[in-house]
Amino acid sequence: MIPEIGYFSLVLAMGLSLLLCIFPLWGAYTGNLRLMRTAPSLAVGQCLLVLFSFGVLIYITLTDDFTVAYVAHHSSSTLPWYYKVTSTWGGHEGAILLWLVMQASWTALVAMMSKSLPWVLRARVLGVLGFLGVGFMLYTLWMSSPFERLLPYYPVEGRDLNPLLQDPGMIIHPPLLYMGYVGLSVSFSFAIAALLTGKLDNTWAKWSRPWTMAAWGFLTLGITIGSWWAYAELGWGGWWFWDPVENASLMPWLVATALLHSLAITEKRGLFKSWTVLLAIAAFSLCLLGTFIVRSGIIVSVHAFATDPDRGLFILSFLALVVGGSLALYGLRVSQVYSEGRYKLVSREVGLWVNNIFLVVATLIVLLGTLLPMIHKELGLGSISIGVPFFNQMFAILIVPFAILMGMAPMLRWKQNKLPPLAKKWVGILVATIVITSAWLFSSFDEISTLTYLATALAVWICIATVVDLVEKVSVHPSTAQGLKRLGMSYWAMVLGHVGIAFVIASVTLTSAYSVERSVVMKKGEIATLNDYEYRFEGVNEIRGPNYGGHAGEVTVFKDGEYVTLLHAEKRLYDVGMQFMTEAAIDDGFFRDLYLALGESMGNGAWSLRIYHKPYVRWMWLGGILISLAGFIVLADKRYRRRKQTSVEHA
Amino acid sequence: MNPRRKKRLFAVVAVIFGIGSAVGLTLYALQENINLFYTPSELIEGKGPEKELPYIGQKLRIGGMVVPGSVDRVETSLDVTFKLIDTGPMVTIKYHGILPDLFREGQGIVAQGTLVEPNVIEAFEVLAKHDEEYMPAEIAEAVKGIKHEKPKYNLNSEN
Repeated sequence: MIPEIGYFSLVLAMGLSLLLCIFPLWGAYTGNLRLMRTAPSLAVGQCLLVLFSFGVLIYITLTDDFTVAYVAHHSSSTLPWYYKVTSTWGGHEGAILLWLVMQASWTALVAMMSKSLPWVLRARVLGVLGFLGVGFMLYTLWMSSPFERLLPYYPVEGRDLNPLLQDPGMIIHPPLLYMGYVGLSVSFSFAIAALLTGKLDNTWAKWSRPWTMAAWGFLTLGITIGSWWAYAELGWGGWWFWDPVENASLMPWLVATALLHSLAITEKRGLFKSWTVLLAIAAFSLCLLGTFIVRSGIIVSVHAFATDPDRGLFILSFLALVVGGSLALYGLRVSQVYSEGRYKLVSREVGLWVNNIFLVVATLIVLLGTLLPMIHKELGLGSISIGVPFFNQMFAILIVPFAILMGMAPMLRWKQNKLPPLAKKWVGILVATIVITSAWLFSSFDEISTLTYLATALAVWICIATVVDLVEKVSVHPSTAQGLKRLGMSYWAMVLGHVGIAFVIASVTLTSAYSVERSVVMKKGEIATLNDYEYRFEGVNEIRGPNYGGHAGEVTVFKDGEYVTLLHAEKRLYDVGMQFMTEAAIDDGFFRDLYLALGESMGNGAWSLRIYHKPYVRWMWLGGILISLAGFIVLADKRYRRRKQTSVEHA
Repeated sequence: MNPRRKKRLFAVVAVIFGIGSAVGLTLYALQENINLFYTPSELIEGKGPEKELPYIGQKLRIGGMVVPGSVDRVETSLDVTFKLIDTGPMVTIKYHGILPDLFREGQGIVAQGTLVEPNVIEAFEVLAKHDEEYMPAEIAEAVKGIKHEKPKYNLNSEN
């Protein structure tokens, strides 16, 4: 009975969504304020019902109700309770329900936080969000319900959650990623609402910006944690594979990053309006495309999920409707958009514009690399794979001009700059960059390739340029404290974001250049050496966890004869699926990670082990966290706080 | 030309230049980095209507099922060889390193490497999928003649 209540609650939620889509939009069209006023309560009601439905799914998972197909497939009675909760988004149906939870929550949040918006715009934003809600709820109810029963024959035990997902990283990664994905639907709705209203003014950009920043912050954090999970859990020592599933989240991120910068111009200078709208549409469309890629089974991925052509078709149709509809609307309205304002070649406007081009080009490359194998195959030309080298090569080329610009652009002023004083400053920064990069690299490493030097210098360049700019902007004011106070939150966001990118660039460069890996076969007491570290194999113990058994290899690490750490790497065999899993042992450090994975027993007490030495790898996630912070601190900006006294209601 | 037009022209040229160089670079990089996918039968009998055979030294990807009993590990070293099969002949894969967790006999895997003899591949990468029921899409197509498989919910007939 309980699962049916969950399903029914979703049906009701979809009813409210449908009303949310129709009433406010109709009200805005006819100028009927009473209809428009229904939007916030419909949005909140819909959210409560979806949350209730999700609560039901959590409840039936916690109580091991294996009559429900989803629970039987993704959980088991021996699973610890927190992984039972995780299992509610560990499979396709539950993941889509989580998507709905996020969608409904964002919608309710927008409804509650948009009190100072004119009613016409507010109603339209919520109406578009309602439309998206209808699409996803229809999909869930029709072909992806997590409440389907296995009656009358149901199993006494579930199939367990995929062991790979039984990891703390997997508890938080999908919700964060979906927060970001779905959050971009808010920017999309603002763009569509602005097009419908026909008023693409600064107000729209100003309202859209904090929502976009928040969504982007979540997306960044989600991607970062996903990468960290792959590193810690998959046992291969890597952090990014350029897999279609990963690319599916990177593409919206790249476009959303472009959108943020473009929104800044639209808000501050009223320029690039139509381009900003187009980016907002593109960002969310890429989220849908990503969902299609991941869920349709059309692409061969190492970690694509259970797939189904009907589902793929539904998402593709929805995608076509959303993209086609919004582009048609865009085409109809774009001619009315005028951008006022003049600027010269050397100006912040142009700097941001070039940044946008780079980000869009990067997105196109990822898109091509991801879709080409699919197109190639559907054309009957056979299967091809486009792998890591392609993407690495392309991004290595793109990052050079992009990073140089990233250091320079914040110093540019709106409208116009005189080049000579700037050029003088840049030469100074360049000299500092060369000095610091040389000092850093030559003191740390024996061999340095030109490419490594160049890439590290890019990271250093961004950092120095950002700091120089920060100091300059502060020193304009009489005292440092006052100067720091005067800088807006969006300026701090820029500083954090750019420094974060510098960290990521440095980490990627140094880890790829100086990571060492050794696969060894060792018996108890034997020692392997890697980069000044000695690894003594202490043998293997049997282990027993709540739902798995297996072996744990113990390795003591010494450096210059001194004890460093004891590594404990596990090889687990999960009871239900009889699936092997590597739990790598990682000794993390600011400058290097020691990473150990246990291989197989080779007989005679010998085991194969894989040892990695990974310098600066942690900076990658540190950078990711800094970047996502950039997204969140903008929310603290005074400009975006609700100002009740200014709220005007337009009938 | 008035300044407004000029600016617009500049913008358009920049976009075209950006997209053009992206496509150019992409095509250039693709030439080097596309790996054709083969199944074991395609590797031996040729692929496509022209029955094209890969040449020795070609980089390729191959997917198939690991033949039960064919995994041969050399003790005290990480060298391993095994055979892959789909519907026809078998091919041999040589690999040095630790195999992925989900690698098992009778399982579908994908290997990436270089063809060293007409039926031997030296792999530098062996992939098994996260899901225990994984069968590479190409293999499913070759073995069962189906393109996509709907996830099944028949728990009572385990495996």
